[in-house]
Formats: sequence, C-alpha cells, structure tokens
Amino acid sequence: MTEKNSIVAEQFVDAAQQNEATALGLWTFIATEILFFGGLFLAYAIYRHFYYHEFDLASRRTDLFFGTLNSVILLTSSLTMVLAVQAAKRDQAKMVVRFLSLTIFLGASFLVVKAFEYHKDIADQLVPGEKFNAALPPAAQLFFWLYWAMTGLHAIHILIGMGLLSVMFFLTRRGRISAPHFAPLELTGLYWHFVDIVWLFLYPLLYLVNRHA
Amino acid sequence: MNDNRQNYLSAGDTVGSWLLTNDHKRIGILFLCAILFFFVIAAVAAALMRLELLTPQGDLVLSETYNKLFTMHGVLMVWFFLIPSIPNVLGNFLVPLMIGARDLAFPRLNLLSWYLFMIGGFFAIHAIAIGGVDTGWTFYTPYSTAYSNTHVIEMALGIFIAGFGSILTGLNFIITIQKMRAPGLTWFRLPLFIWSIYATSIILVLATPVLAITLALMILERVWGLGIFDPKIGGDPILFQHLFWFYSHPAVYIMILPGLGVISEIIPCFARKKIFGYKFIAFSSVSIALIGFLVWGHHMFVSSQSLYAGMVFSFLSFLVAIPSAIKVFNWTMTLYRGSISLEAPMLYALGFIGLFVVGGLTGLFLASLAVDVHVHGTYFVVAHFHYIMVGGMVTAFMGGLHFWWPKITGRKYPEKLAQLAAIILFIGFNLTFFPQFVLGYLGMPRRVHDYAPEFQIYNVLSTAGASILAIAYLLPLIYLAWSIRHGKIAGPNPWRATGLEWQTASPPPTENFPATPVVVADAYEYPPLDDHGEPT
Repeated sequence: MTEKNSIVAEQFVDAAQQNEATALGLWTFIATEILFFGGLFLAYAIYRHFYYHEFDLASRRTDLFFGTLNSVILLTSSLTMVLAVQAAKRDQAKMVVRFLSLTIFLGASFLVVKAFEYHKDIADQLVPGEKFNAALPPAAQLFFWLYWAMTGLHAIHILIGMGLLSVMFFLTRRGRISAPHFAPLELTGLYWHFVDIVWLFLYPLLYLVNRHA
Repeated sequence: MNDNRQNYLSAGDTVGSWLLTNDHKRIGILFLCAILFFFVIAAVAAALMRLELLTPQGDLVLSETYNKLFTMHGVLMVWFFLIPSIPNVLGNFLVPLMIGARDLAFPRLNLLSWYLFMIGGFFAIHAIAIGGVDTGWTFYTPYSTAYSNTHVIEMALGIFIAGFGSILTGLNFIITIQKMRAPGLTWFRLPLFIWSIYATSIILVLATPVLAITLALMILERVWGLGIFDPKIGGDPILFQHLFWFYSHPAVYIMILPGLGVISEIIPCFARKKIFGYKFIAFSSVSIALIGFLVWGHHMFVSSQSLYAGMVFSFLSFLVAIPSAIKVFNWTMTLYRGSISLEAPMLYALGFIGLFVVGGLTGLFLASLAVDVHVHGTYFVVAHFHYIMVGGMVTAFMGGLHFWWPKITGRKYPEKLAQLAAIILFIGFNLTFFPQFVLGYLGMPRRVHDYAPEFQIYNVLSTAGASILAIAYLLPLIYLAWSIRHGKIAGPNPWRATGLEWQTASPPPTENFPATPVVVADAYEYPPLDDHGEPT
C-alpha cells in the first residue's frame, strides 16, 4: 500500500511538482468559488444599500440562536479538520480517522440545525412569495430570497465537503493517507476551511447586522 | 498511421480508446469534432437569417422563428464554438507540446471538461429541437424570467453546465503553464501563444463563475420566482445586465485573445524573423485580460446607468485599444524586412490583421458615449463584433488549424486550395459584414426580420457575401478531411518553425517527447535566409 502512495502520476516529473500543481489547482478552484458566491454578495450589498430599512427589519427575523449555534459547530469542525491534517503529518492514522469522523459529524450537525431553522423559517412565513409574512414590507422579500439562496448554496457546499471528507476517511482507513503523502487530505481541509469562511461572512450579514439596536 | 511508429493516433482505434482517453491531444480532437458540429448548426441558423433579410418583407420565417434563429445562432456560436475553439482544440493539443510537458496537469479533469461541454451542448440542442429560445443570447430579465414562453431554462442550464467545463479547462491550463514548463523554459522564453492562453485562462477561471451564478439566479427566478431581479418586489433587472456583462465582456476577450496568440506564432514563422517586441506582446495579452474585467458597462450606456459610470467605462474601454494596437504594430514591425512567404496560414494571419484592425477601430466608435447612443442596437454593433469574432477569431482559428494541421495529422493539406480558401474568406467576410456598418449607421436595428425598403441593397450585398463566406468555410472542411488520408507526409517540422512542438514527430507520440526537452534559447530564433531561401 505504501508503495502505491509514492506513485507520481505520469504527467508529472516528481512528487514535489505534483503536490505544487494540485495545491495551486485547489487555490485556483477556490478563487472561482469566491467569484461564484460573489454574485450573491454583490446583490446583497446593492439591495442593502437600496432598501436599508427593509433589510433592517428583515434581518431581525432570522434566528440568532440557530445561526450562532451553527457558527460554533462549523468553527469547531475547522479545528477538528486541522487536527486531522496534523495527525496525518505525524503519521497517526487512527487519530486521522477519529478527527475526520468528528469533522463529518459536525458537518452533519450543521445541516440538521439548518433543517430545524428552515422549518421554523417556513412556519414564520419567511419564504417570499404570496404567503410572505404580511408584517414585513415587500422589499424584505429580497432579503429573504438572498437568505435562502446564500444559505442554500452554502449548504450544498457543506454536502460536497462531507462527500470529500468521507472519501478521505476511507482512503485513510486503507492506509492511503500517511506521513509524506497527505496532500489530498490537506487539500480537502483547504476546501472545508473555505466553506467555513463563507459562513463566517454569511453569519454577520444575515444574522448580526442591525441586531444591536 | 502514416508510418509504422507509435503515435497518439495509432495508440488505439476503438471508440472507447477515444471516449475514455486522458491524452490531451486526443481530447483536443474530440473538442474539434464537437465544435465543428455546433458550428455547422449555428451557421445554418445564420444562413436562414441572411436569406430572410434578402427582402424587406418578412417572407421566409415568422418573427418568432427569427427571434429563435438569432438566439440559437448566438448561443451556439458564443458558448459552443468560439469560446472552446482555439483554447480547447489548439490549446489542448499544443499547450503541453509547446512547454515540453507530457500532458496537462490534470488529464482526467480535462476529459471531464469535454463531457461537461457535451452534456451542456446536449441541453442546448435539445432546447432548440423542442422549440427553441427567443430571448437572444443575453437572456435579459425580466423578459427571460417572466415573459418568454420558450425553453429558457433548458438552454440556460446547458450553458451553466458547459461553463463548468470552461472553468476546469482554464484551471488546467493555468496550473500546467505555471508548474510544468520544461527545464530552461522561463516565462520570457515561452511562445506567445502560451501567454495568450494563460491570459485567457485567467478570464475563464474568474469570469465564468459569475455567469454561472447569474444564470442560476435567472433560472431560479423563472422556476420558483426567486426574485433577485424581479421589479415587483423591488429587485433590479439591470443588476442582471451588470452581472451578465461582468462575465460576457471578459468573455469577448476569451473569444479573441487565443486568436491573437495564434497570429503571434504564424507571423514570425512566415516572415522568418524573431518577433518584434516580445515582452510588449506578452504583457499586452495580460493587460487586455485585466482591463477587460473593468469595461462591462459599455454594453449598458443606454440602460439608465449613471452618466459618470458611463464616462469611466468609456475611458476604460478606450484603454483596451492600447494593448490591442501594440500587438498590431509589433506584428507589422515583425513583417518589416522579413523574408515573407504567403502560405495559407500566413494569408489567414494577414487577413486577420486587416479584419481585426477594422473591428477594433469600430469598437472605439462604440466606446464613445455619444456615438454609441446613435448606433446602439443597430447593425453597426453586429458588424463590429463579427469583425472581431468571425473576422478575428475564426480566421485565426483557420490559420492555426492549417499551421498545426501537419503536426496534428502528420499530413500536409493541399496548399493551393488552402490559399484560395483564405482569399475567398477575406473577400466573403468583408462583403458580408462591411455593408452592415453602413446599415447600422443609417439606423437599421438588429434582431428584426423585416426592414425599410431603402436598406435592401446593403442586405442583398451582405447575403451575397455570406454565400461566398460559406464556400470559404466548406472548402477547408473538404480538403482537410481529404488530406487526413491522402495528404503528403509532413515530417516533424514542415514549416522549419521554432518551438518545442516542432521538435517531436508528426503526429506526436502519446508521451509527446522521447525525453524531456531542455530549452536553451528564446522563442522565435529564426535565422535569416540566404539567397536560395535556406536558413543560414
């Protein structure tokens, strides 16, 4: 098994080149992801500027408890992710598996909390459209469209991340992720942190702003 | 195929050996077949439109059909022909060869790009087959989200999926060029084609995701009423235009930068001279890509955009002319006192320069706020961007295809016929599109199927030109296909060109080079010719 690890794909000269190339590849991919989310952040910025008052009212309707809980869960999952990579560097496969399963568990918890939150949002008539909460002004719907689109897109990324983590989980169990060959795990971690960071922007924009007043 | 040696074409001849290949050269061929297919369909749509416009009355197709025809033409030509044309066919084939690598950095991702492209293409073709789309290739809201009764969702989904193929291709090129250059191949020794592909890839990677999210929001608005662009709840349809053009203007440079790169390869080879101003050309590609991100507002001068924004966008659009002009001047200086020979690729390249200059300079008319108000939405705009995209990019693609055809197939194309095709193309193209400048200036709007009778003479000229242009495109299709089996054996370097791709066999072996080449000299070190036309 360890021999299989050392195989460098035939298009590369050596392992160093392969690692550099895949790392740069993932960073480039993250750049595309930022632009992908960027359209939504731009729309948020513009409409917040257009409809300051409506966004103020609407943002008070998001559930601070669920949002905060999820921020804690996701930040903790980034910690366990880092610990998994650290363990791989030290060649402690068992610890890697343990931390990976913890990370996957935290990702799943995030989605469960999100599901409860969505359920409550629906009950509170926060889905834009004909049944939208009559107490809120029409432009508040824009806020909630963005809320659903941004958190929904983010949840899809969490799902993809969990898929990648599961692959790493099985690779590690089969001994394919070990001391010098942990690049795939590190890259998965990078992606997971990116998804986490997106949430770190969503949380203040959707839950915190205007709450102080 | 041509001799007994193993090469990438003889490496397997089953369908599976093609459809499951990881070889960048084979994937390039797969893309070539695919884009030719889409080109033919889109060209038929164009032919129908030109036939309709022969007479002022709408007598061949209904106005609804006409709307669907120009939408189909635009969508297929932009996303399924022009954007993948040079990058995915020639780029795929040449990038590893030119930098002395065995393959792209991520060969399986490369194949995935092709499949995403084909799935996207399937959606697009299916949308056309079940009734088409009438929004124009721009999908402006609120028409696309609230009013159009055509198959907008499926078409947009096709573009969305193909877009991810584009992103992966761009990513693959960036990493490959960044990390896999042969020993000694420094940035300033790279062929300029590589610089232009690198610049194009930056756009592919940074702009395409914005198109993806924009189309996704448009689709969601149509399906669920997700009202980001919906004026009923305070949303702004103009935001769609901003997001769309934030992608689609840089996309214009996706559709021309690779062409500029091809010309920078052909000119020094057939002038037997080192390219003039290498660094200026290299950096002009990068600056076109970067400035290209800041000019999208010039598509929206009449869309209620603020006048001050308009002035800034106008200024920045003028700025793009500088790096473009630098290239043209440097090519011209390369020709000066060169030993010029006029084989087909060179004829295409020279034709390209002429058409690109006309297309570029008329772009300055459109970048001027006041003039744009007059010609916005007229045939002037149509003529301008066809000069760049067809006169520029397609001509460069043809030039590049002829130039590297011996490398790709191992065979020469028939030279005389090819020269003829290149000349017919130049004549046919100008006859088709020059009258459209006049039409536009006189006020004929684009996207209409009937028009005032005084415009007829120019429309007849244009349609006549289109039929000549059709011959210029059909001819190479026939003789290139013929040459695959019957052309003269080309040998590794029929043009006596510099560049690593010419140092390996034609067609190249699957592994590209027997041993990793080492580069010790700059690009385009063409020795001067002696009195007998031989290199000294």
